[in-house]
Amino acid sequence: MQHGKYRFIVGFLAAPLALYAVFVIWPFVQSIYYSFTDWTGLSPDFSMVGFDNYARLLDDDVFWKSLQHSLLFALVLPVVTIGLALFFAFMINVGGRHRKGAAISGVRGSSFYKIAYFFPQVLSIAIVALLFQFAYNPESGAINSALKAVGLGDVQPLWLGDPDLALWCVMAVLVWSTVGFFVVLFSAGMASIPKDFYEAALLDGASRVTTFFRITLPLLWDTIQSGWVYMGILALGAESFAVVQIMTTGPGGPDYSTTVMVLYVYQSAFRDGAAAYATTIGVALLVVTLAFAAVVMKLGRRERLEY
Amino acid sequence: MKTTETSPAGTAEPLPHVVKTDLSGAKPKRKKRGDGRVLNVFSHGMLVLWAFMVVMPLLWAVMTSFKDDNAIFSSPWSLPDRLHFENWSRAWGQAHMSDYFLNTVLVVAGSLAGTLLLGSMAAYVLARFDFPGNRFIYFLFIGGMSFPIMLALVPLFYVMNNIQLLNTIHGLILVYIAYSLPFTVFFLTAFFRTLPTSVAEAALIDGASHTRTFFQVMLPMAKPGLISVGIFNFLGQWNQYMLPTVLNTEQENKVLSQGLVQLAVSQGYKGDWSGLFAGLVMAMLPVLAAYIVFQRQVVAGLTAGALK
Repeated sequence: MQHGKYRFIVGFLAAPLALYAVFVIWPFVQSIYYSFTDWTGLSPDFSMVGFDNYARLLDDDVFWKSLQHSLLFALVLPVVTIGLALFFAFMINVGGRHRKGAAISGVRGSSFYKIAYFFPQVLSIAIVALLFQFAYNPESGAINSALKAVGLGDVQPLWLGDPDLALWCVMAVLVWSTVGFFVVLFSAGMASIPKDFYEAALLDGASRVTTFFRITLPLLWDTIQSGWVYMGILALGAESFAVVQIMTTGPGGPDYSTTVMVLYVYQSAFRDGAAAYATTIGVALLVVTLAFAAVVMKLGRRERLEY
Repeated sequence: MKTTETSPAGTAEPLPHVVKTDLSGAKPKRKKRGDGRVLNVFSHGMLVLWAFMVVMPLLWAVMTSFKDDNAIFSSPWSLPDRLHFENWSRAWGQAHMSDYFLNTVLVVAGSLAGTLLLGSMAAYVLARFDFPGNRFIYFLFIGGMSFPIMLALVPLFYVMNNIQLLNTIHGLILVYIAYSLPFTVFFLTAFFRTLPTSVAEAALIDGASHTRTFFQVMLPMAKPGLISVGIFNFLGQWNQYMLPTVLNTEQENKVLSQGLVQLAVSQGYKGDWSGLFAGLVMAMLPVLAAYIVFQRQVVAGLTAGALK
């Protein structure tokens, strides 16, 4: 029996673990090692250079720009997205006026909103980025012509072509595409909060705003926190890569005004032929990601409320 | 607008059968009838506005895909003069959308099956058996969820080049599986822990092997979990953009998201924008349709992990 058990464990774990080790773990380990070399990626020869790549990082203006933008993504995107999503979710689930004997209820058409808001979540971020690239087109895009149509013909921003505006345009697209996910996520969380809490609070004369801050927010805290980390990781990684790479000129925007760390890693490795330097930027990105997660978990730590 | 008209009426009417809620509603209402209404109009307005902002770009894209190039540029918001279906056939044929679809179907079918099989095997062992290193392997898997994938892709590109897997469909399938494992293992491990142990024990006592118990007893019991995580992975893999962009640059093997981006880039000199829009909508509609049909399951699948 014991013998059979271990053979079974090994047999079942071998394939997944091997695949995971070869394609995920090993490359991560390698890339940390490569960040101390002068490997170009083009030839198999390289030598150790110690901390040279890291020293170069400190003097690299493009790196600092990308770091700045990535940090901005990680700070602004979760705040805006989760803020909006909490507001919408509260309206959908609790915001409606009393009717038919229920202490709390959502606004009318709440199930329609939940379905519609979730649309962008099922689309590829690449499709969303392409769509908005057209919408932002200054000459004939949907946004500027809509502005013209409502009599704002003078307000015709260049959107993605304007270095000061491009980054915000890109962020708006990420907000657009992720709010729905969090609305649905928070709605599920709110549905599990017992109705009597709201009943009791409303009986005592609490307003809707008070019930939100005193009941909904504290009881939803765990969900918000993990959502926050999830959104931050997306904003630092794959999602920001797709939108910046597809939407902005260059890519990376006019005068590196939209470049983010993950894009800079990609460009250094596969455009500039500086694979070792790319892994160095990647290590910096790893540090930023882990620090972000640690800070959110630390700041968000509260006594867990059981209900 | 409707809520403001109906809600005061709704609460003013006494509800004879539920006295408790009548009380709870009446008190705050009397205090702030006026400003409550303003707040309500404002909030509901925001909800409507956001729904409009979400649906509008999608409808705009569908509309634009039926216009000719001239109309797209001269009047982005006007309705098409007639339905230019030729955009769609051009996108499907000349612009290789059919190839991209086929590649995506192949890659996703292979990697989804592989992810579910390997993920459930690993998760089952990690959830149900005590052995040295169990915790370590578990954390090794779930650690992969928080690491920036791009960092690993730089060396992986060269590793795959060396073992002849770069720019191949089966290579891409293996990579998709590997990068889907962290969440799948995380989710299914939690799921297998919730299943009762007695059924598996009974099967073992009846003489079934561990392997047979897993495939014939545990997997059928884990079906709801497999469906949730399957939907999650399906969408993630179908919509994947970063992995194929780095690891699959061969023209014949491109998947949908890549193909569309390339189409958009090449429009710079070809100028077939209407064809591109048709391609975009073509890629968008099946997923949206599937979402509307399986709405409940999709939402459960995508949010289940974050709620754990």
